[in-house]
Amino acid sequence: MNKASVVAASLLLGAVVLTIVAGCTSLIGNTNGSGSAGPRVPTVQDVTASMKSSFKPAGSALLDRLDQSELQAACSEYAGKELPKALKEKLEKAALDAVKYPADAKYSGDWRAGERIAQSGVGMQFSDAPNTIGGGNCYACHQLTKAELAYGNIGPSLYNYGKLRGNAEATMKYTWARLWNPHAFNACNNMPRFGAAGILNDAQLKDLMALLLDPESPVNK
Amino acid sequence: MLGRRILSAAARIPTTIATTIAATIVCLSVPTATLAQAQQDKTIAEIEKYRQMLQDGNPAELTSAKGEDLWKVKRGPKNASLETCDIGKGPGVVKGAYAQLPRYFADADQVMDFESRLVHCMVTIQGMERAQVVKKPYSGAGDSATDLEALTAYVVEESRGAPITVPQVHAKEIEAFRRGEKMFFYRGGPYDFSCASCHAVDNQRIRLQDLPNLTKREPAQRAFATWPAYRVSQGAVRTMQWRIYDCFRQQRFPELVYLSPASVDLITYLGVLAAGGKMDSPAIKR
Repeated sequence: MNKASVVAASLLLGAVVLTIVAGCTSLIGNTNGSGSAGPRVPTVQDVTASMKSSFKPAGSALLDRLDQSELQAACSEYAGKELPKALKEKLEKAALDAVKYPADAKYSGDWRAGERIAQSGVGMQFSDAPNTIGGGNCYACHQLTKAELAYGNIGPSLYNYGKLRGNAEATMKYTWARLWNPHAFNACNNMPRFGAAGILNDAQLKDLMALLLDPESPVNK
Repeated sequence: MLGRRILSAAARIPTTIATTIAATIVCLSVPTATLAQAQQDKTIAEIEKYRQMLQDGNPAELTSAKGEDLWKVKRGPKNASLETCDIGKGPGVVKGAYAQLPRYFADADQVMDFESRLVHCMVTIQGMERAQVVKKPYSGAGDSATDLEALTAYVVEESRGAPITVPQVHAKEIEAFRRGEKMFFYRGGPYDFSCASCHAVDNQRIRLQDLPNLTKREPAQRAFATWPAYRVSQGAVRTMQWRIYDCFRQQRFPELVYLSPASVDLITYLGVLAAGGKMDSPAIKR
């Protein structure tokens, strides 16, 4: 083979290789859905943007309610799956550190008022009048007293809550924190953050504390 | 004549309900534990019996009849009926069409649930103004059904017994399902709720109301198959759009926009999970 034919053969081989590579690249490109045909996997941003375009503000319910906190985003991402240990500990610590205990260090109010709060399911809905005094709606998810039979079962029964635990200072503090932000003890559970999210005020929380812990409360009878 | 008979049946219902509810409340206030459980079981059994009783005369028939008239009458600036509306099985085909929605429509280049498609037809075929059509989609307390409710009740009735087959063929149908799934688990608002807070576990209740686990085939089928439904407590036919709207209200979210992307995505998610169920709507619910 003379020098000229070697060069020609090399060029030809090069051209063939280039053609094959180009062909493969376009094939890979197609299977990857670079065309308009392939369905995309929605990102968190896609979903959030779509949610925000789907609602309008009404009453007290403004669009910022769709902005997820770090906790809400993490709990959405890991719904139905186990939360990674480090993340779980981080969320629980952040929740516990932010609990505001009552300034007067008094934890207990009136269990009768607490029972009314536990029964009431109104507040913070876009359909509620702005001056609505919100409830805790505890019976939606929990059994509390023997008298009320229309209770839900998403949360555990709280019947005899105080009778079983007593009302030592540590129990009071734990229960208050649990109502304030239940993620302090079990990140990504279903219960609302009644204190941290401003659903109930301190006086209402104290009344619920009494419903749960007062020996005279029907919860403990 | 038939209409009048149904009408009088409908008028009787509120008194019957009031009596049942009163009886239920009386039953519920008995204090003793075991007796209480027995009473609760009895109450649930009574409610079930009442549901069965209601199946004989569903007032939604009235709404469907009104919807059929509205479907066939010439209306709007273009003086056209909806009989040429293509709801997925070709222009004018109503039978079985609701059971195959939401789906992708090339002429609108988007996935549409039935109510979205209905509004699309009212705008494109009848020449109505969209903003006007969707202004008040749901009837208020004591009002008669809105046109959208009546038309929906008619078209869904025409799918009774049809197998639920929400397609997952077009890329946008698959994307709608995927977004819908993420939205189902999207926690937000002051209560941190998502759809899954109430609808992802078996055998759960709020108060005495059973909550279907919509992530499972059989409860998803039952839910998809039985909306729209006549809601006895509200005396009105409520649509699937309303069902999701009112769930979000209780979730403490802002107000869901009628026919919004999230509503269509969530209906797609539920419809796909409900594959193989048989439509049985309008149903009658508490």
